[in-house]
Amino acid sequence: MIKAILIFNNHGKPRLSKFYEHYSEDTEQQIIRETFHLVSKRDENVCNFLEGGMLIGGSENKLIYRHYATLYFVFCVDSSESELGILDLIQVFVETLDKCFENVCELDLIFHVDKVHNILAEMVMGGMVLETNMNEIITQVDAQNKMEKSETFIFQSPRQDR
Amino acid sequence: MRGLAVFISDIRNCKSKEAEIKRINKELANIRSKFKGDKALDGYSKKKYVCKLLFIFLLGHDIDFGHMEAVNLLSSNKYTEKQIGYLFISVLVNSNSDLISLINNAIKNDLSSRNPTFMNLALHCIANVGSREMAEAFAAEVPRILVAGDTMDSVKQSAALCLLRLNTTSPDLVPMGEWTARVVHLLNDQHLGVVTAATSLITTLAQKSPEDFKTSVSLAVARLSRIVSSASTDLQDYTYYFVAAPWLSVKLLRLLQCYPPPEDGAIRGRLTECLETILNKAQEPPKSKKVQHSNAKNAVLFEAISLIIHHDSEPTLLVRACNQLGQFLQHRETNLRYLALESMCTLASSEFSHEAVKTHIETVINALKSERDVSVRQRAVDLLYAMCDRSNAKQIVAEMLSYLETADYSIREEIVLKVAILAEKYAVDYTWYVDTILNLIRFAGDYVSDEVWYRVIQIVINRDEVQGYAAKTVFEALQAPACHENLVKVGGYILGEFGNLIAGDSRSSPLIQFDLLHSKFHLCSVPTRALLLSAYIKFINLFPEVKGTIQEVLRSDSQLRNADVELQQRAVEYLRLSCIASTDILATVLEEMPPFPERESSILAKLKKKKGPGNLHPDLDENRKERSVNGGTVAASPTPSTDLLGLGSTIATQNSAPPVSKGTSLLVDVFSENIIPDMRCLPLAPFPSRFVCKNNGVLYENQLLQIGLKSEFRQNLGRMYVFFGNKTSTQFMNFAASVFILCIPADPTVDGGAQLQQILNIECVSDFVDAPVLNIQFRYGGTLQNIAVKLPITLNKFFQPTEMTSQDFFQRWKQLGAPQQEVQKIFKAKNSMDTEVTKAKIMGFGAALLDGVDPNPSNFVGAGVIHTKTTQVGCLLRLEPNTQAQMYRLTLRTSRDTVSQRLCDLLSEQF
Repeated sequence: MIKAILIFNNHGKPRLSKFYEHYSEDTEQQIIRETFHLVSKRDENVCNFLEGGMLIGGSENKLIYRHYATLYFVFCVDSSESELGILDLIQVFVETLDKCFENVCELDLIFHVDKVHNILAEMVMGGMVLETNMNEIITQVDAQNKMEKSETFIFQSPRQDR
Repeated sequence: MRGLAVFISDIRNCKSKEAEIKRINKELANIRSKFKGDKALDGYSKKKYVCKLLFIFLLGHDIDFGHMEAVNLLSSNKYTEKQIGYLFISVLVNSNSDLISLINNAIKNDLSSRNPTFMNLALHCIANVGSREMAEAFAAEVPRILVAGDTMDSVKQSAALCLLRLNTTSPDLVPMGEWTARVVHLLNDQHLGVVTAATSLITTLAQKSPEDFKTSVSLAVARLSRIVSSASTDLQDYTYYFVAAPWLSVKLLRLLQCYPPPEDGAIRGRLTECLETILNKAQEPPKSKKVQHSNAKNAVLFEAISLIIHHDSEPTLLVRACNQLGQFLQHRETNLRYLALESMCTLASSEFSHEAVKTHIETVINALKSERDVSVRQRAVDLLYAMCDRSNAKQIVAEMLSYLETADYSIREEIVLKVAILAEKYAVDYTWYVDTILNLIRFAGDYVSDEVWYRVIQIVINRDEVQGYAAKTVFEALQAPACHENLVKVGGYILGEFGNLIAGDSRSSPLIQFDLLHSKFHLCSVPTRALLLSAYIKFINLFPEVKGTIQEVLRSDSQLRNADVELQQRAVEYLRLSCIASTDILATVLEEMPPFPERESSILAKLKKKKGPGNLHPDLDENRKERSVNGGTVAASPTPSTDLLGLGSTIATQNSAPPVSKGTSLLVDVFSENIIPDMRCLPLAPFPSRFVCKNNGVLYENQLLQIGLKSEFRQNLGRMYVFFGNKTSTQFMNFAASVFILCIPADPTVDGGAQLQQILNIECVSDFVDAPVLNIQFRYGGTLQNIAVKLPITLNKFFQPTEMTSQDFFQRWKQLGAPQQEVQKIFKAKNSMDTEVTKAKIMGFGAALLDGVDPNPSNFVGAGVIHTKTTQVGCLLRLEPNTQAQMYRLTLRTSRDTVSQRLCDLLSEQF
């Protein structure tokens, strides 16, 4: 099972956090910091797996991560998941984001937190892998976007807002 | 959403943390007023504000409002609003929110809406929140959606994972039923996404009740075979970088690992064929240079190898798996080297392949020396440990020792433990063992825990043949200008016992030995000095010629008037003893220590605790080969009077205690089977039986000491506050309290009339019968007091009450109808049969008292769930009083026979 999915940048600023087990808000923030601390001190080109931090279950859990430009994508998983499988899943996630945002960058994640959550929800549900087929995921996301647009068009007239 | 963008930009432009907090507070006030305002917000604004809240939450700020607005969004019939409502709830609402019933209502509507998008949103929400209330509300509905013929594929996928989630959070609420057979057939579904989700679900269910899902094996093999033999284009979208459905293959291989090899020859043959094909594909040239291609391919390959190792039955496959892993050990991809080391660890415990694994020893040693990544080096250490046997122990121990000098600080302690265990287990001659341990202390003295040096002393004492060598070696080691304190301890103890064996040599005459030890004295901490003082008095017995010198040392002000009470007392007593006792008495009192009783190695227990039993392969191979080659010996001669070195009592209380600082509370893993109760010899005071249904009160009282308790339990965790009250007007000295063999450092003194508090954290690992024992030791006046009481930690403390209707209750009651699941007891009432008292007791016991469930109103029924770390056990109970006969009949039904028995025993004592 996937216990948590975290995205943060090279300075440890969280850009997405999704926990599939319940922790208090404080603990969640601490886990993000601890994970950043563990992952960020590792060299490039070392392996993508390491034992989880103490807060999220220690050696029973593994952190599987990838580092893309300014962002770290970290999945914390228990022993029932395949390490390489999760590594590929991160890749699918990133490729999907790339397609949905057209050349995704950190700013897209910052300004569209809700979209990122929705895309993730198409892939992972309650800590289990729901869908791995990128075309299927994108079809779902597109359908949502269409629905959103049609509703905005009907119910919402553009206007100034703050 | 411009407002959102502006806000985020503002935050990003903040120069300081204070400015950021100020901006956030301003925004929170703004949103709050918008939500409170009487103008109805349109969906767009609501969405915008909820997004802002999400962003603020992500930055680490608490959000304490907006929940109600989010819940209102759920009942909107616009997709956008509904979606953002669900998003807010799955991120921000935790499982015990009081809004759950409102949320449940909205979910119920969406589930019955027949709109697949809405149904998916609702199922996602159930899976992400996964609370008990939700499980109660939807445990029956979700399976129905899953197997209904007209459900869309995407909804089926969500329903499968939703059910999986409910089953892991509240297994007792998800009843098996006719849907189980139909779930298995989802493995044949056209849509590979559905099959993937279903495989995850079946794997989890099969781990819990393998019998019910046995039929999945043949279906899984068939499916796997179709995937493996398909051309890479057959599966279209589910082909990932030229690999056919890698995730599904991995999941299917995991599912098969829940079962032994198939008995049916045809199925077994087909599976073997699949595994061979996967192994063959590894040798084919890659279809793409992309790393994703090799990743996906190897994910399947590693899972296939896991299955081969799990079956452990086909020698040819095992050899091929081992060779494949051997190739990966030298692969240029770090990830593959890491995984190969990890898989080989499990392979090393297989009888067929232990020898094959051993052939890779040079590569693994090389990895230890040259890998840049500490995670990989750690796996190499694990593998060396797993592949170690008598033939290669010397080489492996030597390599690990030399690695220790440069090892990462974070893994040194673990390596020290592993080296100590291997050295002991495979020692052919004990001189090698003694050398190894002394080297450990020399290279990594700070990481040598007490267990390790206790252990070397135990072994030296129990083996005559090594005593002289040990004395000589420590004597030489102590001559180094700077030596670790642990070495001084070992040296002091061993020379005190066996210094006479080397005293014949003029280079290590008694006086030289004494001077050597005493030259370290002033550099050492108090416990070590205390040990050295004991060694000195032993010297007086061994070597009458140095008596004068030692008496002189003991008589000096720095000893007799030492600020430390323990040291002062030892100096005074030893000096007096040496002056008044005759040689005979001295010889009797200071006799050589008797051999320690043989027990499981405390070091092994410590490593188990550190790593969890799963990672301990030599343990597995212990079962396979002869038990503990060298006869493990351990610890604890709990008779302080004969043990003048003071070690016996220290070991008895501190054995296996991890180094902890004063006053901290630790997670006492009291129910783990690895721990050996150590002080059973003391008279045991049982706890009063009222504690079964109560959490607070006075646990124990005698004329000196009162022990009070306050405890709280939640799921499988508990916390207990123990209060030690001194009823006398005199101070207690050397106060120590310990649970089993784990010492909780308490303040060593308790003033007259004062109270001392300790906190114990408790975790229920699995169901249990014996309560942990609290040992207390202190000095009152001149005498040492020993008290042992059982702590009132009983299985029912980990109860969570469950409310249910009469119908549910009897349905579950019937499901738990197997003979071993029910335990019944008929017994005479010990107290008056008062209805209200009985009710209070059942609730105190932890179960929910269910009114109006039993047709006979004078009967009591209750329900609850016992939480342990690994499982949850649903429990139902029924108590039927017979006032005329003054008898009760108590029936317990749970899914586990040991639990039924224990709960019945506990509860029947209460009436």
